[in-house]
Amino acid sequence: MGLEIYNSTVQAAVNWARKFSLFQYPFVTACCGMEFMSTAAPKYDLARFGAEFPRFSPRQADLLIIVGTITERQGPALRRIYDQMCEPKWVVAFGVCASTGGFYQNYSTMPGADQVVPVDVYIPGCPPRPEQVLDALILLQERIQRGEGHSQIVLKAEAGHDVPIAAIRPRDKGPQAAPIGTQPHAVRPESAK
Amino acid sequence: MSQLILDRLVATFTGGELEQIGTQHGNEWARVRRDAWRTVCAFLRDDPACDLKMPTDLTAVDRLSREPRFDVVVHLYSVTKKHRVRLYAGVPEDDCALDSLVPVWPGMEWFEREAYDLYGVRFRGHPDLRRILMYPEFVGHPLRKDYPKEKRQPLIRRSGFPGKPE
Repeated sequence: MGLEIYNSTVQAAVNWARKFSLFQYPFVTACCGMEFMSTAAPKYDLARFGAEFPRFSPRQADLLIIVGTITERQGPALRRIYDQMCEPKWVVAFGVCASTGGFYQNYSTMPGADQVVPVDVYIPGCPPRPEQVLDALILLQERIQRGEGHSQIVLKAEAGHDVPIAAIRPRDKGPQAAPIGTQPHAVRPESAK
Repeated sequence: MSQLILDRLVATFTGGELEQIGTQHGNEWARVRRDAWRTVCAFLRDDPACDLKMPTDLTAVDRLSREPRFDVVVHLYSVTKKHRVRLYAGVPEDDCALDSLVPVWPGMEWFEREAYDLYGVRFRGHPDLRRILMYPEFVGHPLRKDYPKEKRQPLIRRSGFPGKPE
């Protein structure tokens, strides 16, 4: 009993620290990047919420912000970046394209980044206003404090705790992408010959 | 506007290389026989009266029910004379190939790769004809009218999502 109280108190303190020290990795692919820059710039100032530094290495980041349209071709790269991040980690889908594919309903666009990585917070909008982004960040902070981020739940379940949310998937390993650069690039499909 | 170009073409190519010429909205166009494609383009580039040194675009059109099925279109512009012309070449489906324009304008390399990627028109004499936008694993050519417009070919999916490869 005493240990559990100790654990929960420590967890609350750790989560409090985590939610105010988000190191973001902006995966910017499209026009939403403009709005992301605006959010990160002094006027709206993402840094007020502790998300101060964009780290351009996934190994130093714990918040993946997917900004813009994800194509099927980018899927393996996105998954690889997510796999490289240290746990616990969180994902925000910025804009309708990253959330659902947006108005692209065709052969090349992935219908939402959650097809390859688990997304914690979705921000609608085309593009979303900076206020929405800040709102999403606060929402994410609340989830982090409650320990309800995808990777937090996975870590808890792996440590043998009862996980409160029934809908949790088994640990999301996903298919590993083939190493970039090893795929034969000049191979032409049979139908094209 | 550029009737001069059509006049030059008609005067030069008398062996049936020009299948059709016309004007639409003030823009002149010519339909070129497939085997004269490169010759006509090289002439328009080198002829001092035409001086069409700048190819602004090359793409293909799928006219599914028509024969020949595909049109390859090139837009040419003259920086010095400030006139332009549009050339077509019909490409049938069963022999979906056309002479490459890379020997005439090296900048056509990526345009032809795009037309090959999205329409499946092969360009003879192209130095490096492979897909440019879609990934090498992609099967088929997505801008062909008989390609289902929402048919995705995912490279990767999380577990539990539809369309998961493997």
